[in-house]
Amino acid sequence: MSKKVGIVQFPGTNCDYDTESAFQQIGCETEFLWYKDSEIPKDIDLVVLPGGFSYGDYLRSGAIASSSPILSKIDEFTKDGGKVLGICNGFQILLESGFLPGAMKRNDNLHFISKHHYLKVENCDNPFLSDMKKGDIVKIPIAHAEGNYYIDEVGASDLRKNKQILLTYCDENGNELNPNGSVDSIAGICNIERNIFGLMPHPERAMEEILGSDDGVKMLEGFLN
Amino acid sequence: MRVVINIFLKEGVLDSQGKAVHHALDSLGFEKSVQDVRIGRQIVMQLNTSSESEAREEATKMCEELLANTVIEDYSIEI
Repeated sequence: MSKKVGIVQFPGTNCDYDTESAFQQIGCETEFLWYKDSEIPKDIDLVVLPGGFSYGDYLRSGAIASSSPILSKIDEFTKDGGKVLGICNGFQILLESGFLPGAMKRNDNLHFISKHHYLKVENCDNPFLSDMKKGDIVKIPIAHAEGNYYIDEVGASDLRKNKQILLTYCDENGNELNPNGSVDSIAGICNIERNIFGLMPHPERAMEEILGSDDGVKMLEGFLN
Repeated sequence: MRVVINIFLKEGVLDSQGKAVHHALDSLGFEKSVQDVRIGRQIVMQLNTSSESEAREEATKMCEELLANTVIEDYSIEI
């Protein structure tokens, strides 16, 4: 049976249709969910918080969206085994709402960075990256002004100890290359239970070789297992 | 009651905007006078209560829940 993906639309979301297209490409059913919804349909396997600029990034990126009605349902959803993926602004929302540890700051160089970037798979013992191997290098676009992941020393060492760091920024040979100032060059993390995932890069924009990279396919396909 | 909330990045969290503005001031010739620059956010609110302690309590809750991200930011409340 094909998996069903719920894609949440907030005011200001702009990667909703790219995300829909990407998951349909790998054979998933998709359904849009509205940020004011007070239920997550029972047949949804994965909820995606897509990229964009929810509430125009007012106050802090993701801050206002994190108090939306649908976010309060995510707790129950994940406790029942549901999975959640936050991409870019979706990752920021997961941090602001406390589903994932840490916070986002402005990029160290204060620029909006939009380009393809290499990433290294740091841990693959989780559903998201289950089709990949530790040390794999993928090329995925990044597009953000607030992607400078911050966590204090204690938090960072917990992430390392619990293997919650999923992806780090690197060059094409896998050497650390940090575009935005993130602690430990972190690009993506998960929770301890391994069913809530967040990353700044956009796998849904890396689905066609002709558009620069199709490395996003094997990342998203992890959710099919 | 008028409440003013000032929010800044915590000490020890690099303030890239403050640093960039500091450099710009240096290049305008203020390098001798400027020791440090920090950029923050100010929120001014009118609260319905006339009790200072109640206003402070409410504003503190607002900061903890939404207005500040206490992972990276400190806030101060002036009434």
